[in-house]
Amino acid sequence: MIHIHDLSKTYNGVTVLKIDELHIPKGESFGLVGNNGAGKTTLFSALLDLIQPTTGYIQNGEAKVNESEAWKSHTASFIDESFLIGYLTAEEYFYFIGELRGQNKADVDKLLAGFEDFFNDEILGKRKYLRDLSKGNMKKVGIVATLIGNPEVVILDEPFANLDPTTQIRLKGIIKKLAAETGVTVLVSSHDLMHVTEVCERIVVLEKGSVVNDIKTSEATLKELEAYFSKEHLGVE
Amino acid sequence: MVKHFINLEWKSFFRSAAFQTNLVLKIFMALGALYFIGIFTLAGVGAYFGLEKAGLEPLETVNRFMIYYVVLDLVIKYMLQKMPVVNIKPLLLLPFKKAKIVDFALGKTMLSFFNIVHAFFFIPFSVVLIGQGYDPVHVITWHLGMLAMIYINNFINVFLNDAMPLVIGLASVIIGLGALQYYGIFDVTPYTGAYFQGLFEQLWLFTIPVLLAIGLYKVAHAYFLKRLYLDAGLAAKAKEATTENLDWLDRFGKTALFLKNDIKLIKRNKRSKTTVIMSVVFLFYGLLFFTGGIESYDNPFMKIFAGIFVTGGFLFSFGQFVPSWDSSYYPLMMTQNISYEEYLKSKWMLVVIASGISTILGLAYLYFGWEAYAAVFVGGIYNMGVNGHVVLWGGAYIKTPIDLTSNKKAFGDSSSFNVKTLLITMPKLLLPIILYAIGHYTLGPVFGYSLVALAGVAGFAFRDFMFKKIIGIYKAEKYKTIAAYKQKN
Repeated sequence: MIHIHDLSKTYNGVTVLKIDELHIPKGESFGLVGNNGAGKTTLFSALLDLIQPTTGYIQNGEAKVNESEAWKSHTASFIDESFLIGYLTAEEYFYFIGELRGQNKADVDKLLAGFEDFFNDEILGKRKYLRDLSKGNMKKVGIVATLIGNPEVVILDEPFANLDPTTQIRLKGIIKKLAAETGVTVLVSSHDLMHVTEVCERIVVLEKGSVVNDIKTSEATLKELEAYFSKEHLGVE
Repeated sequence: MVKHFINLEWKSFFRSAAFQTNLVLKIFMALGALYFIGIFTLAGVGAYFGLEKAGLEPLETVNRFMIYYVVLDLVIKYMLQKMPVVNIKPLLLLPFKKAKIVDFALGKTMLSFFNIVHAFFFIPFSVVLIGQGYDPVHVITWHLGMLAMIYINNFINVFLNDAMPLVIGLASVIIGLGALQYYGIFDVTPYTGAYFQGLFEQLWLFTIPVLLAIGLYKVAHAYFLKRLYLDAGLAAKAKEATTENLDWLDRFGKTALFLKNDIKLIKRNKRSKTTVIMSVVFLFYGLLFFTGGIESYDNPFMKIFAGIFVTGGFLFSFGQFVPSWDSSYYPLMMTQNISYEEYLKSKWMLVVIASGISTILGLAYLYFGWEAYAAVFVGGIYNMGVNGHVVLWGGAYIKTPIDLTSNKKAFGDSSSFNVKTLLITMPKLLLPIILYAIGHYTLGPVFGYSLVALAGVAGFAFRDFMFKKIIGIYKAEKYKTIAAYKQKN
């Protein structure tokens, strides 16, 4: 589904991202981990054609993301609050995204009904603009909005951060179900090793912009990752 | 401790985004500041001699009209000057005494440009007064009294922060009084003038405003000290959301989706609401030209100029900043399946509709004769036909993020000023004037008006071409625009 070839990004002579080859097949749940500055958000931004790669290209579906806009119709993403429209209410935002993705109000309402638990009665019907919601609730809105219109690729940057424990558990359920049942390709980045190992079939570790580990998730993965990150930590000292 | 505060202020000033721009802009900003200082100084010196020449006693006349000056100052302060709440939050956790933090915040408002600028009027005026043989002691007490009045305004403004109805009320009372005075029905100035004149004549009277200013400082201090909590004085106010049904817009097809959003954008954000108010103010701009009040404006070419401005208030203040209005969620727009054309068409329609409404409201200018309205009318057509596209074209080069929730920078944004936008401004204003001049000198004014109107009508034909060009710019500048919008001030 997604193919990265010879990708690099350099700012003022400093290379922040360098990936020779990475292939993410359709229906995979893909986890991205790494410390701050490892290049996770840079990679996702490049995937969404929000920054221009210095070399190489990313192919999403049939076309390269910086040449065609065809990927936009089957890709949904939530990176940060700049993906929310602050002066809309949650419903208005969902309907807006729905219309952009060819869904009418009834379609959107049907989808939202399935997330009543997830919203915990704090999102819908609350006469509040998105800009006045708490960070956690903003995140809930952003995440659910990515599921509107049956996307084939869903990209979530740090979806677990700022969420309460109950919502984290529910979100894990949602992500697992997406990949397993509907064949959606899910890309998730996280600082929480436990969460990613739980929801992702495959985990890629980034360090200083390069892929240093590419693991098929198994029982041993969490231990392996923990060992890796604590070693790195010791190495710095 | 004060040293720390000053150090912080110093850094926040010199490291602000506005200062990180290039040298040319800095020079322009400095020139702008000097211009205002110059205007006020000239007013200070000029007021005395001007009034004297007109056969009026200068000080008394200034005092008579001082009430308008003082209230206008309050309204301007309310509109533009904000209590620096944001800078306070990080200080709360640091080992500063709360009283000191409040002193710092209030002290900062006292040093604001809106207070200092008055010094450039009052100091030269006072110096001239003394030079002309007024008693220095009396002049100084008068001066202190006026200073206190300015600071009374400053502290009132601190309380007013969100009392829009009160300020509108005050402004309308003053406008009303002004109108009553103008038509000779009732004159309030002798009463208020007596007070300001008293500040000069009675040596002790100045202590009243001074004490009042000090008292207000104490009250403001206590008020903020008590409310120095995140959920009280420092809380951002959340308005209850209103939803509205804009389904009637669906008749515009796909554009309706964006049109609905844009209308919500305008209605629900402070900054865009200011834009609408500005465009109403522009409607009155023509009065300067058509009443013959200002001599150098009283010629046919300037009237075309006026026509463009009267009908183009919204066009200039809103259209110029497309797509920056969407800057806070630009990455969303860039990753969704959005057709640039529908997006642009929505903004274009808003601009055209607003110009159309202004043209209709401009019918009031018929009062000044058919030629006045002809200028407004053809100006409106030109705005709708030509400037509607040109302004969007210029906007494509402006990469200043807009903070929708704040009014800061609503009046003139230095970083949105660059050579490209300046060049694009030319056809907006100069071209219609040139067209008119051609007509005016060949077959007469009517031909001139027709030429401008024709250009406007012809402009509609180029819409698709212009849209294509703008879309090209959007695509070419995409990454730069996203990066620029990320830089919050």
